Amino acid sequence: MGGTLNRRAPAILLDHGSGGRASRRLVEETILPHLRNTLLDRLDDAAVLSLDAARLAFTTDSYVVDPIFFPGGDIGMLAVHGTINDLAMSGARPVALSAGFILEEGLPLADLDRIVASMARAAANAGVPIVTGDTKVVARGAADKIFINTAGIGLVPPGVDISGHHGRPGDAVILSGPIAEHGVAILSKRAGLSFASSCKSDTAPLAALVADMLDACPAIHSLRDPTRGGLAATLNELASQSRVRIEIDEAVIPISDAAASACEMLGIDPLHLANEGVLVALVPCEHAAGVVNAMHANPLGRHARVIGKVLDGDPLVVMRTMVGGKRIVALPSGQPLPRIC
Amino acid sequence: MRFLDEFRAPDAAQGMIERIHRLAARCGDVTFMEVCGTHTMSVYRHGIRRLLPPNVRMLSGPGCPVCVTPNTFLDRAVALARLRHFIVATFGDMMRVPGSSSSLREEKAWGCDVRVVYSTLEALAIARENPTRQVVFLGVGFETTAPTIGAAILEARATHVRNFSVLSAAKLIPPAMAALVAHPALRIHGFLCPGHVSVVMGTEPYEFLARDHGVPCVVAGFEALDILQGIVMLLQQVVERRAEVEIAYRRVVSPRGNPAARRILGDVFEASDSTWRGLGVLPRSGLCIKPELRDHDAGRFEVDVEPTREQAGCDCGDVLRGIKTPFDCKLFGKVCTPDDPVGACMVSSEGTCAAAWRYGRDLE
Repeated sequence: MGGTLNRRAPAILLDHGSGGRASRRLVEETILPHLRNTLLDRLDDAAVLSLDAARLAFTTDSYVVDPIFFPGGDIGMLAVHGTINDLAMSGARPVALSAGFILEEGLPLADLDRIVASMARAAANAGVPIVTGDTKVVARGAADKIFINTAGIGLVPPGVDISGHHGRPGDAVILSGPIAEHGVAILSKRAGLSFASSCKSDTAPLAALVADMLDACPAIHSLRDPTRGGLAATLNELASQSRVRIEIDEAVIPISDAAASACEMLGIDPLHLANEGVLVALVPCEHAAGVVNAMHANPLGRHARVIGKVLDGDPLVVMRTMVGGKRIVALPSGQPLPRIC
Repeated sequence: MRFLDEFRAPDAAQGMIERIHRLAARCGDVTFMEVCGTHTMSVYRHGIRRLLPPNVRMLSGPGCPVCVTPNTFLDRAVALARLRHFIVATFGDMMRVPGSSSSLREEKAWGCDVRVVYSTLEALAIARENPTRQVVFLGVGFETTAPTIGAAILEARATHVRNFSVLSAAKLIPPAMAALVAHPALRIHGFLCPGHVSVVMGTEPYEFLARDHGVPCVVAGFEALDILQGIVMLLQQVVERRAEVEIAYRRVVSPRGNPAARRILGDVFEASDSTWRGLGVLPRSGLCIKPELRDHDAGRFEVDVEPTREQAGCDCGDVLRGIKTPFDCKLFGKVCTPDDPVGACMVSSEGTCAAAWRYGRDLE
């Protein structure tokens, strides 16, 4: 290592990519000040553009997951589902996707073939075509195997107005299914944890589930899929965007035995682990039962339930624990790391 | 789920909380210390402090291995990471701990080869895969972790992996408890003793606390009910004016501990004086690698280490001794947060400040 490097100049750390507080500060302090505009400033999962009578949802996301193949899915499937889900979280019906590939020199063609085939399957199953794309190759070491960017557009139905800013005191907090499956599947593959082998990524397109929910109640206030940073990060975002307090009940949050025990062993809070096929909704409480019933009729919403409520108060997420205590649910900090003893 | 839900069962918890309140009504103000960082995290995570009567106070102790590791160790690890042909392997918690002027996560961002591993044997595997490079594992931990570190060293010697060594900061818990029980600023009426340490060491190492200092000790597990049960048993001893070492964690702790693990400790390490953040140098409180295993001791590498600089205003030392709570520290939550930690207690998943930040801020 040379002594010529200026070691004090701030640099990008892995923490900045983890979906926690460091990620949020990177966006708010380094990226947003340059690009600021009213649509971007809302920081919802997709921007909604009004074009004459139509309202268009527009979003983009990049996928760098390691490993590129994991139990239950691969980077290509994730790139399709993730962008469809970001559109769905604005209430939009996805219309079309783009796909941009950055390939590292030396990536086996068979791997690329398998990934693109998986993207095609995922897009066909969700009924959303990939209509444009781009491919670049960089020298070995300049990227890690394959990075994919997908962008998507969708149409927001009339009367639907969903945003992270719209949560109101009295709303019910609905969760669509068991948490932490994707995060545990990735961690178990990275760390070779055989005991967590029954955990598979939950990656799935949520647009059809959202359509069912909107049929039951077009007045849904907020939708978000708790990906990076997990349920904890998503609830904190909603609390701070809507300036409300959110209270949840630990005993009713669905989680599989395998995911729960993997988290216990690694010392990781399951609320901090990523999901790729689960959503959180803030719904006026008089519509909560109707929305949950509609979700139960969709396979992806089978385990949906009300896990808490929105209250007046400082933007804060509080959880009633299994034994009856109460605690803060904080944003995760840094990478999820295993404990030391 | 087996071994999880039943130790968080709401009805059983309610019964124990009622017993705690009944017993507490029969004594004055009592202060117990949970020694282990995992206990601290669990107490906060389950919201247990709020369930206790006002005259029962829980202090957090020095049982977070990352937190008590001094700056000098971090600085040496950073210096080794900067050497060409060196790989530093570490448990994840150490990545963000600030040293005198850098941290391992910053060194990694600058291009040093620093790798997070989940076990010491994983570090040994890295050494096997990189025979031309020296792999240094940061041996941070207590009696719980030290046997696994020792086992990796013995395995490296047996299989001739010459490029694997350990920078040992392993420490022993009972000498720290001895320092705390004698501290004039603290008045501890009972110790919730660390369950995992006791799995290895048994109960003998705490006997002197009950016998010589009259302080009740209960070895407890880490689930909500384990901790509540431990508090019940401590209160019972206080009410009955007894001071004994009891086990509330019999499903894994036996009085004699784990003989195989203790044998490895004896084969690989010897006790040495050791520096603890906050507590200073404690006699015979550290584990250094025996001279005959020097080939696997990273302490043998001569490297320029920067002069140690302590963080101004950081109260980690007092927090580690239970003299201050995180909320008493001027830096807590303002200058010092988990993203930008000033002191180690804010970094580790077992640190008292990290627990207070994550779970315990202004709830009402």
